[in-house]
Amino acid sequence: MMKHNIYMYILVMAVTTYLIRMIPLVFTKREITNPFIKSFLYYVPYACLAAMVFPAILDATANRASAIAGFAAAFVTAYREKSLLTVALVACGVVFLVERLMVFL
Amino acid sequence: MIMNKKQFFKEGVQAGIPIALGYFAVSFTFGMMSVANGLNASEAALISLTNLTSAGQFAGLDIIAASGSYVEMMMTQLVINLRYCLMSFSISQKLSREESWAHRYFVAYGITDEIFGVSAGYPGKISAFYSYGAMSVAVPGWVFGTIIGAVCGNILPAFVVSALSIAIYGMFLAVIIPPAKSDRAVMMVVIGAMAVSTAFSVIPILKGISSGFVIIIVTVLVSASAAYFAPIKEEGACDET
Repeated sequence: MMKHNIYMYILVMAVTTYLIRMIPLVFTKREITNPFIKSFLYYVPYACLAAMVFPAILDATANRASAIAGFAAAFVTAYREKSLLTVALVACGVVFLVERLMVFL
Repeated sequence: MIMNKKQFFKEGVQAGIPIALGYFAVSFTFGMMSVANGLNASEAALISLTNLTSAGQFAGLDIIAASGSYVEMMMTQLVINLRYCLMSFSISQKLSREESWAHRYFVAYGITDEIFGVSAGYPGKISAFYSYGAMSVAVPGWVFGTIIGAVCGNILPAFVVSALSIAIYGMFLAVIIPPAKSDRAVMMVVIGAMAVSTAFSVIPILKGISSGFVIIIVTVLVSASAAYFAPIKEEGACDET
């Protein structure tokens, strides 16, 4: 017997997650002028995205080899300043090919 | 050059396409797992629509399956999703000042790792319509992926899901690598953040920390060090003087 309501769970999840996203955006009314905070916020996206990519990317696909190949392909394509869609598709394509080829090994 | 709402929306849609691809692979898995944990397709879809977050939803599913308390649910979501707080703060500075306040409540809903990623990578200030454009593709990708995963989890071959799973990482790299080429400090931030997060995944004592927390710790640590050692110069001075 489930003593908790599924919709209540969903409500708790949704409200908590929304408030985290909403509060800083809505309540930071002024343009920040403090040089340290400004610099900090300038670096946040790079640090955050880099931390999310690596090492998580190594476990993203079905096996380590295809993940490394996909990572390398994405890295090279991104380095050549291709669009987001191109980089994403090249990475997917390489993972797909490597996994297909590995069947024959 | 003044961009209008329509152009921003269109660019947002373009950025949203690879996001939707990546989302599909992840939300498909979420849909499958929801059914495996006793939820039906509409409940799974409702979670995806109202939460729009991967790690948080998977963790939430575990709590639902284990019949955990609501407080536990709240605390877990808070810890896992706290990184959105940093992103939201960052977006608060990125969003055009002319934007009406009402828009901020809607933009907030779309703060995910990926939409934040493309918004942050966009040169200059953004309009709320850029986020709406990205959301208009990404949110359906997330929700329909969940439904399809819940309804026919075993139809899509595993190798397709595997290939799609790398899409979001490719996008993140496309956002961070080009600026890292021209800005040494950004390059150090990227390398530093990757190194520190790797340390968190291999060093025994640090391994137990949840991935959501690791991202917060790494982001704060690396960004603060960079801000201290390499404060940015006022290059955007044109809108100040």
